[in-house]
Amino acid sequence: MSTDNVITNVSSRAKSAEGEYLTFVLGAEEYGLEILKVQEIRGYDAVTQIANTPEFIKGVVNLRGKIVPIVDLRIKFNLGKIEYNEFTVVIILNLHGRVVGIVVDGVSDVIALKEEQIRDVPSLVTSIDTKYIVGLATLEQRMLILVDIEQLMTSQEMALVDAVAA
Amino acid sequence: MTIDMSQFYEVFFDEAEELLAEAERLLLGINIDNPDNEELNAIFRAAHSIKGGAATFGFMDMTEITHVLENLLDKIRKHEMALTAEHVDAFLAAKDVLKMELDGHRLATDVDQDQVADVKMMLKQLSEAGPVSAPAPVVAEPPPVAKPAEVAPVQNELPDGVSCFNIVMPDISEKDVENLKEELGLLGEVAVSKQADGHFVITLTTDSSEADIVSICSFILDPDDLVISLKTNSVAPSATSPADEVKPVAAEVIESKVESSTKVLVQEEVGYGLFEEDGKEKQEEGYGFFAPFQPHPDAVKSELIGDDTALTLSNSGTTSAQLATAKAEPTATSAPTPEAERKNLGRRESDKAPPASAEASSIRVGVEKVDQLINLVGELVITQAMIEQRISMLDPVQNEALINSVGQLTRNTRDLQESVMSIRMMPMDFVFSRFPRMVRDLAAKLNKKVDFATVGATTELDKGLIERIVDPLTHLVRNSVDHGIEIPENRRKAGKSETGTLTLSAAHKGGSIVIEVTDDGAGLNRDKILAKAHSNGLAVSESMTDSEVFSLIFAPGFSTAEVVTDVSGRGVGMDVVKRNITAMGGAVEIRSALGFGTTISISLPLTLAILDGMSVSLGQSVYVIPLNLIVETLQPRAEDIKTVTGEGRMVHVRGEYLPIIALHSLFNHATDITDPTQGVLVLLESDGKKSALFVDRLVGQQQVVIKSLETNFKKVLGVSGATIMGDGSVALILDVAALIQMGQSTNYITGAASFSNQNNQHMQRNA
Repeated sequence: MSTDNVITNVSSRAKSAEGEYLTFVLGAEEYGLEILKVQEIRGYDAVTQIANTPEFIKGVVNLRGKIVPIVDLRIKFNLGKIEYNEFTVVIILNLHGRVVGIVVDGVSDVIALKEEQIRDVPSLVTSIDTKYIVGLATLEQRMLILVDIEQLMTSQEMALVDAVAA
Repeated sequence: MTIDMSQFYEVFFDEAEELLAEAERLLLGINIDNPDNEELNAIFRAAHSIKGGAATFGFMDMTEITHVLENLLDKIRKHEMALTAEHVDAFLAAKDVLKMELDGHRLATDVDQDQVADVKMMLKQLSEAGPVSAPAPVVAEPPPVAKPAEVAPVQNELPDGVSCFNIVMPDISEKDVENLKEELGLLGEVAVSKQADGHFVITLTTDSSEADIVSICSFILDPDDLVISLKTNSVAPSATSPADEVKPVAAEVIESKVESSTKVLVQEEVGYGLFEEDGKEKQEEGYGFFAPFQPHPDAVKSELIGDDTALTLSNSGTTSAQLATAKAEPTATSAPTPEAERKNLGRRESDKAPPASAEASSIRVGVEKVDQLINLVGELVITQAMIEQRISMLDPVQNEALINSVGQLTRNTRDLQESVMSIRMMPMDFVFSRFPRMVRDLAAKLNKKVDFATVGATTELDKGLIERIVDPLTHLVRNSVDHGIEIPENRRKAGKSETGTLTLSAAHKGGSIVIEVTDDGAGLNRDKILAKAHSNGLAVSESMTDSEVFSLIFAPGFSTAEVVTDVSGRGVGMDVVKRNITAMGGAVEIRSALGFGTTISISLPLTLAILDGMSVSLGQSVYVIPLNLIVETLQPRAEDIKTVTGEGRMVHVRGEYLPIIALHSLFNHATDITDPTQGVLVLLESDGKKSALFVDRLVGQQQVVIKSLETNFKKVLGVSGATIMGDGSVALILDVAALIQMGQSTNYITGAASFSNQNNQHMQRNA
């Protein structure tokens, strides 16, 4: 029974994206990512730069002995004011054992979304490939962009993983 | 009661593997002309334990081969047959087959049945080769054990050291008795009879100790159930020995049985040899050791009770043979005479002590667990450093107690870290122990005589390195035997002893471990190597130092077949050896004297996880450079900085022009210091290439724990890993070889231009 559920979830994730989402803010837009991918949420502190990497890769931090890369999604998507202060939030994701941190403007909520609340994404030209967007959800008057964070983070354009691994 | 035997499989596999290794070690060390009895016994015991274990777990293939092996070993052990080199070879072959079968069971690897059959056949043939042909053993010890004819009913003709045991079985099936009889048959002459109460009695004539019997029986039944009595062959004053002398003995036995749960009874019936002639009959009347008399009724009765108790006790106990043996170990023998008791105890202790202590001194833990522990301790050390830093900002007078406590914490953390790091360490013996066999086989194949010696086998090295050093070392040892050590004839001509010596040594030197392969063979011929290198088109000159010349054999091109005769093959795969060792962060060096031998010296870092590093700063960042690659650091004077076409920058150091690699431009890293004379040049050497790395300044030298960047990120060009500094921040470890390459191939125009412009200005100003 439970395995069946998992299988359907995986196979039809492109369509049915029902589940719990962590919502975060980038500029004026609200995004959501699957809560199960989140390991923890922490503040932004000293990051060690890495040479010859894209600007949105801020560098690496020491997360309890693990070396974890930090990506600033605001830079990647040209959203929001790029500033780092005590309110800057880093969402630490665990994507199949790979730990990655993303810098966002803020984390707002955890919400459960039903199938019928989720709409398909129309074809658009944006700085994020629509294939990484699972769907759009309407919450009261707000629109929530649901991101397939795993696909996005392991994609070539994020330059987070070696070409071989990706 | 059913026990899932499979849970003990691992125990058996581990144990069997250890026993096999031990047997091999003993076999290799054995003196064929004059074998040490203890060693022979130890080999026999190893074979026997494996057999017992294999039978318990149903690995019949292993049981079969150990059985034949054991038969042969037993004959040799009893000097029925003299040990020959053939035997040793056969034993070693059998060991290999057993190992193969063991792996077959454990890892499901292929087992070559032909090989198994061959070895079995060889062992059988050897063991059938009549004992007659064997010369009298050199050891002036007991003559060959009684042959069937001699055993005869007249027991008092038994040779010295041979005794007759009566073994009373508990309630066991006839089949088990048969098995036991067969087993005990290995020790000497056996006869089985049945008592009136249904218990079997085995009469055994042997020169083995009672402990041997117990250990054999323990594979089939609980030794606690055994009642073994000993009849010495000394002819006693016979019937005068009164029954009441026995009575207290029996009582004592029962008493001690009750009190100390002693269950193995050893009765020494001094002086009843005369009654043995019709032993069988008497055995049928009652327990073997009371046979000669009309025993005191009470004594017999209580004896029976005692025996039953023992029986029930052990029946309720475990069924595992191994557990049973372990259980039997602490059991004290209650021999009537203190002397005999001491003797028995002593023997038992010496028999059982080695495995027991080995078991107690080590545990098996998964490597991941250890690594996790090491990581956690690493974290603790960093946290500790952070606390210390905070503390240093406090007022030392007001917070004296706190500061003292933190000081203590610091010490404890250091100790903890040291001990945890030492867990990963393994003695070099793990590597060295596999070479005696290889050298022996190789020498035999090449008709050479080689003595193999190891020095410093207890030196400890990181497990990861231990595993990776095996292949290069095997190659070097093989080379030394093959090409280093000459054939006996040539050695004699050269005025050396016919037997060459090959020494493997390991020792700590500073922060690294030095492993050396030394032979007293022909040595390397400098001139021939130079000539060869020249014909191979390598850049060589007569003025090169010896070590430079010798390291030419590491060049890949040097491994062709028609290389100079006396170094031939020394090139085969030597480049691979060198590459492997360099990959481990180590270095290889060759010392050789023509006609006197060669030493190949490998130096390795103590552990893979820790690196001796120099931290340097660049702008806001700190980078770590592996210390073993740094030649020197210097602050250049303006006149030492030279350019080519105003762009390529070099530094003139002691007659050499070295290219300057500016880290800030290579890494596009903002920094205020762009003039080499304001910063520091770190002279690096990797793969024989030297470069000067230009950084802002030196921060300090420290040991750092290497962390992988690739776990969560990807490979970054010019960076080999990362580490966590004392303040919790991350510092990147520079990949020197890649940096030198980048410095040569990358055209970083902006950096170059600004740099050289400044340089020019500087020069103009100077001019």
